[in-house]
Amino acid sequence: MEQATDSGPDCEGGSSRRQFIRSLAAISAGLTVAAPLGRAAIPEESIPQTAPPNSGSGLGLVRINLKVNGNTRRLFIDPRVTLLDALRDRLELTGTKKGCDRGTCGACTVHLDGRRVLSCLTLAVMAKEREVTTIEGLAKGDELHPVQAAFIECDGFQCGYCTPGQIMSAVACINEGHSGSEREIREFMSGNLCRCGAYPNIVDAIKIAAAKMKGEVS
Amino acid sequence: MRPFTYEVPSSIQEATSRGGADAAFIAGGTTIVDLMKLEVMNPSRLVDVNPLPMLGIQMREDGLRIGALEKMSDVAEHPEVVANYPVISEALLQSASAQIRNMASIGGNLLQRTRCGYFRDVFTPCNKREPGTGCSAIDGENRMHAILGTSSSCIATHPSDLAVALVALDASIYIQNGAEERVMNLDDFYLVPGETPDHENQLRPGELITAVRVPRLLWARRSTYLKIRDRESYEFALTSAALALDLNGDTIRDVRIAVGGVGTKPWNLPEVRQALAGKPLKPETFAAAAKLAVNGANPLRHNGFKVDLVQRTIVRALMNLGGLA
Repeated sequence: MEQATDSGPDCEGGSSRRQFIRSLAAISAGLTVAAPLGRAAIPEESIPQTAPPNSGSGLGLVRINLKVNGNTRRLFIDPRVTLLDALRDRLELTGTKKGCDRGTCGACTVHLDGRRVLSCLTLAVMAKEREVTTIEGLAKGDELHPVQAAFIECDGFQCGYCTPGQIMSAVACINEGHSGSEREIREFMSGNLCRCGAYPNIVDAIKIAAAKMKGEVS
Repeated sequence: MRPFTYEVPSSIQEATSRGGADAAFIAGGTTIVDLMKLEVMNPSRLVDVNPLPMLGIQMREDGLRIGALEKMSDVAEHPEVVANYPVISEALLQSASAQIRNMASIGGNLLQRTRCGYFRDVFTPCNKREPGTGCSAIDGENRMHAILGTSSSCIATHPSDLAVALVALDASIYIQNGAEERVMNLDDFYLVPGETPDHENQLRPGELITAVRVPRLLWARRSTYLKIRDRESYEFALTSAALALDLNGDTIRDVRIAVGGVGTKPWNLPEVRQALAGKPLKPETFAAAAKLAVNGANPLRHNGFKVDLVQRTIVRALMNLGGLA
C-alpha cells in the first residue's frame, strides 16, 4: 500500500499530529466492543479464501477494487461503508473531509469518472471499477493543479476544512464550462459551504484558475 | 445504518422480482443513503439498478422520453430539453447542487421523500414514517410545510422541483413489474396523504420506474420555472411555479401550470389554466387567476405566508414569460 500524502497547509506537523490521534484511536478501540463502521473494512491480506463473490450476497463483506488516483486498491468491506469512509479510514486518504456526512455541505466532494459527486452519499461498493479522484490526486508531483495554486494565491480559505471539497468542486465547475461569470461560479459552487465565509476569495481563485486552464494567462 | 444485503440484478425483470417490501432500489443514492443513515428507511436488501438499460434522452414523434437512470445534470443540459422544454431544464438546475445533480437519477428524483424535519427525525411521532403515531408538524414547526392537499394526518411538502414541471406538462411514467409494463399519468401517480400518508404514490412493492414521457407541446418552448426560496441557491422551495404559455398576440391561448413548495404532492392547477385561457395578457388577469390556486388552502401557524407568496409567484412567472416584467 502506498503512503497517503497530504497537501497544502496540512503538511506542517500533520504527520506527528495524525500519529498522535491514531495512537489515541488505538487505545480507545481497545475499550470499545465494536469498531466503528468505517473501520469495518479489513485489510485484503487477512481475507479468508471463502469470501463471498463480487456481487455481494449475504450480509457479509464485499470484495471490491477501488481505483483511486490511478491506483487500484483492493478492499473487503461492509456494503454500508461510504466512499468517504473507505477513503479516509481504510485507504488513509484523509484529504477528503467529512463535514455533515448528510450530503449538505460539499466537504467530501470527489470526482467519480471525472464528475464531481458527494462521497458521503456514495456507497463504496457502488464506486467499484470506477475512477475516483481525490484532492491527493490533483497535483502532478510537486506541481500544484492551477486551482490549488489559485486558492493559495487568492487566500481562498481560512480554517481550510472545506477547501479540499471546494477545490475538487471548482475543478469540475471549470471543466463543465460553468465559470463564465461570477454569478455562474457562485451558482455552480453553491453545493460547497464555507463557514469561514471565504466565498469572495474562492470566486476570485476560480476566475484566475479558469483563465489559466483556458490558456488565456500563462 | 442497519445492515443490508447489496444485490446487483442483471435485468429489469430480475430487479423487479428482487424488489419487495423489505427491499429498496438504489440509483444515485442521494435520498436512500441519507435516509438509511438516519434510520428513517431501513431496507434489509438494497438492489442496485444502475447497470440496467434505463438510459437515453430522445425527442420522438409523441414527445420526449427520458430514461429513469439519466442524471439530473445531463437532462438539464440536454439540447433537446433546453430547446423544447426550458421549464424542465430550469427546474432541474434550480434543484440541489451540482454534485447532487451529477448523482441523482430522474426516477429517483420523482420518488424522493419529503424534507419534513419530523419525518427525518426518528425520535418524533410521524404518520408518514410510522403510521398511527401522529403528526408532529401540525402543532410544531411548520413554516416549510404544505397548505394544499393536507390532512389531519400529514402536512409534509413534496420536495421535487422536476415533478412540478412534469405535472404541468402532463407527463407520464413507465412502470415495470416483471414482464409487464404500464404507463401512468404522473399527476395521478402521486397521492395526497389522507389517512395513509405512508402511501405516497401508486408504485407497488417491487415496481420500478423505467422512463418518463413528456407529451409533445410545441409552445412549451415558451416555458419557465420560478422558484422562491430562503437562499438564492441550493435550497428547497418556499413556493415555485412551473409555467408554459401559448400566446396569440396579446391574448393567452393556453397555459400549463403547476406549483411546488405548497402541496403534499406537485400541485397541478387546471382551474388557473381555465381562468387564463382566452384572456388578455394583463397583470389584472394574472392576479384574478392566481387567486384560484389557493382554493381550499389550509395554512397553519408558520406557513400562512405561502398563501400570498404562491399567488405572487404565479403572477411573476406570467409577467416574466409574457414579457411584461
